[in-house]
Amino acid sequence: MLSIGHYLFLSLALFIIGVVGVVTRRNVIVVLMSIELILNAVNINLVAFSRLYGDVAGQVFALFIIADAAAEAAVGLGIIIAFFRNRETVLADEMDLLKW
Amino acid sequence: MTPTGYFLDHLWLIPLFPLATAALMLFFGRRLPNVGVSVLCVGSVGLSFLYAVGAVFQLLAADPDHRVFQKVLFEWLTPGPMHMTGGHAIRFVADWGCLLDPLSCVMVLVVTGVGFLIHVYSIGYMGHEGGYYRFFGYMNLFMFAMLTLVLANNMLLMFVGWEGVGLCSYLLIGFYFLKKSASDAGKKAFIVNRIGDAGFILGILLTAVTLGTIRFTSQGLPDAADTTGIIQALRAAVESHALAFGAPVLTGIALLLFIGAMGKSAQIPLYVWLPDAMEGPTPVSALIHAATMVTAGVYMVARMNAIYQLAPFALDVVAVIGAITAIFAASMALVQNDIKKVLAYSTISQLGYMFLALGVGAFAAGIFHLMTHAFFKALLFLGAGSVIHAMSGEQDIRKMGGLWEKIPNTAKTFAVATLAIAGIPPLAGFFSKDEILGQAFDRFFLLWVVGFITAGLTAFYMARLFFLTFWGYCRADQHVEKHIHESPRAMIVPLMVLAGLSIIGGWIGSTRFEKFLEPILTGVLPETGAIKIVHHAFLKEFFLMAASVVIAVVGIWLAYEFYHTKRIAPELLAQKWPKLYQLLLHKYYVDEIYDAAVVERTKDLGTLLGRFDASVIDGVGVNGAGWLARFTSTVSIWWDRWIIDGLLNFGAKLMQLFSYPVRLLQTGLFSSYAMLILVGLVVLLAYYGHHVQVLLRSVR
Repeated sequence: MLSIGHYLFLSLALFIIGVVGVVTRRNVIVVLMSIELILNAVNINLVAFSRLYGDVAGQVFALFIIADAAAEAAVGLGIIIAFFRNRETVLADEMDLLKW
Repeated sequence: MTPTGYFLDHLWLIPLFPLATAALMLFFGRRLPNVGVSVLCVGSVGLSFLYAVGAVFQLLAADPDHRVFQKVLFEWLTPGPMHMTGGHAIRFVADWGCLLDPLSCVMVLVVTGVGFLIHVYSIGYMGHEGGYYRFFGYMNLFMFAMLTLVLANNMLLMFVGWEGVGLCSYLLIGFYFLKKSASDAGKKAFIVNRIGDAGFILGILLTAVTLGTIRFTSQGLPDAADTTGIIQALRAAVESHALAFGAPVLTGIALLLFIGAMGKSAQIPLYVWLPDAMEGPTPVSALIHAATMVTAGVYMVARMNAIYQLAPFALDVVAVIGAITAIFAASMALVQNDIKKVLAYSTISQLGYMFLALGVGAFAAGIFHLMTHAFFKALLFLGAGSVIHAMSGEQDIRKMGGLWEKIPNTAKTFAVATLAIAGIPPLAGFFSKDEILGQAFDRFFLLWVVGFITAGLTAFYMARLFFLTFWGYCRADQHVEKHIHESPRAMIVPLMVLAGLSIIGGWIGSTRFEKFLEPILTGVLPETGAIKIVHHAFLKEFFLMAASVVIAVVGIWLAYEFYHTKRIAPELLAQKWPKLYQLLLHKYYVDEIYDAAVVERTKDLGTLLGRFDASVIDGVGVNGAGWLARFTSTVSIWWDRWIIDGLLNFGAKLMQLFSYPVRLLQTGLFSSYAMLILVGLVVLLAYYGHHVQVLLRSVR
């Protein structure tokens, strides 16, 4: 029988992989994918605690986050395509126009 | 019984006729044919003459004591209350009005009558000249100004006319303005007259503050009781002992006014402009510089006789200046060779006679001589014009001669005028000159001697002029001699009329003339006045008369011997006394002295002021101010650049310095921002983690 600890461990692992991906990867598409990982880590967390406490609200939250992630992926990819058309690159370290 | 009638009521039209045609000429004259110009301009002066004659007759209808007509057309200047020398304020008014009394009667008839004849003459004389309309426009403008002067009822309006005739004199002397000498002569006349006019206007102002009025008289005005004139104010002042006989202020007024008269009537030392004024056309010399304008000074002094009679010193000055001018100018006329210059000096000399008469208190005799002189001197000038016309413009009498047969009408009328000015009875000049000499004899013997010698000189130089011009043989060039012709009828008829006047003009007699003018010449206090016209015994009168006739005949005889029979050669005299001859020929070097003493000094002053302008005003003032502005702006630029801008830049640099480490955080890479967020989150959770734990626990 899987305890809550297993779920939390899985969630934590996914979260750390996602965070490391966001912070370290240069390709923005990979960064977006890493963000999906983080969101799914949160989903697992929510669903696990929903099952543990028998409260369905957690699962509803998870569904919202999935919808949100889909929308976010669509908008993010749109921005990346627009950016690529301008700069012919999708590398994050070349996106430095925001600095002073 | 006050005089009334149509012509008196329309007295103001007399100056207006010539003004209207003058305006017409000066604005539209260029487009009018010469015939139209002649008809309009001569016609308007003729109309003025008719109105003047009508007005004089209507005035004469009244009894002698009421022969004053005065009409105020409108109030001209009302400058409000004026503070007099006494301290109290009075209401000062200058009207635009006309005054016709016996004195202005004489003047208005002389001005319009002689003026009309000269206008007629000008039709012939100016017929071939350019600027015909301009000439007549100026002449009519002159008539307007002169009639305003003569008919004015107060001093200020008289001054308007006075300045007007001065302006027209300037314009007409410089009529041939392309000729340098003509335009110079015009300027000279204008400037010399300014000196006199300054005296005149100061005299007017002094009269105004002393007497409180500049109106000549209040007689003839509807509200005569409420208003005051100079005569009335003087009488009141003398009766209340505010002003006494010989009061300094009255002497001051009289002398200032006489300065004005000296300028206008060409008396020493302001006579220098009149000989030069002969640059103008000859009818101008006749009208302005012989018959009318130059007598304005005489008229003005006679008009102000009430003041002069209370200022004996001023009268003496007038007499002495007049006498000196008379003999001085006559001596200069002796050696002149220009026909018009001789007449010009003669005019100055005769004006001197008039002032001599005024100075000895014989105002009527002065005006009488003014009138007769207007006749024969206008005739002389017009005759000279006719001679010049015949001689194709030649003015040098040494190149004339033998004209008696060639231009007989001119010659005969000229002879009449010569005899008249020489003082041969029964021509006009004899009566007036004899009266002046008689009065001078009673007043002061030396004045009579001067006048007597002048009479001889006058006879001599006029006879010289006549013999050289008309008798003997012709000394002109062949082709000039061939062209000699009598002048057209328009010129000859005025000559004949003036010749007639020169003959009969004196027959009215000085006694009757004096009686006619008496009402305005009685002065303020006839019983205590210093001036008494004495009628001397018959024998004395006869001897004086005989003496003046004898000296005139001697003068003519001498000239005959000198210049016709040549029994005495004038050249011998010139050789015998070369210095005297040179002195006379160069007109006592007065022009040269004035040039050296006044003109050159004025130019020096101008140069000095010019240098002052260039160095002080331009150098220190203008350029100095410019330099100062440039200097202050340089300082200001330096301040702006280094202090104002410097402070701002210093602040900005300081900001830059402090912001440098913070800027290093801003890499622009979102992954580094994400890293920072993560680190921050970790730190926050590490610090506040147990609070979150407590919170969660309480929720559960």
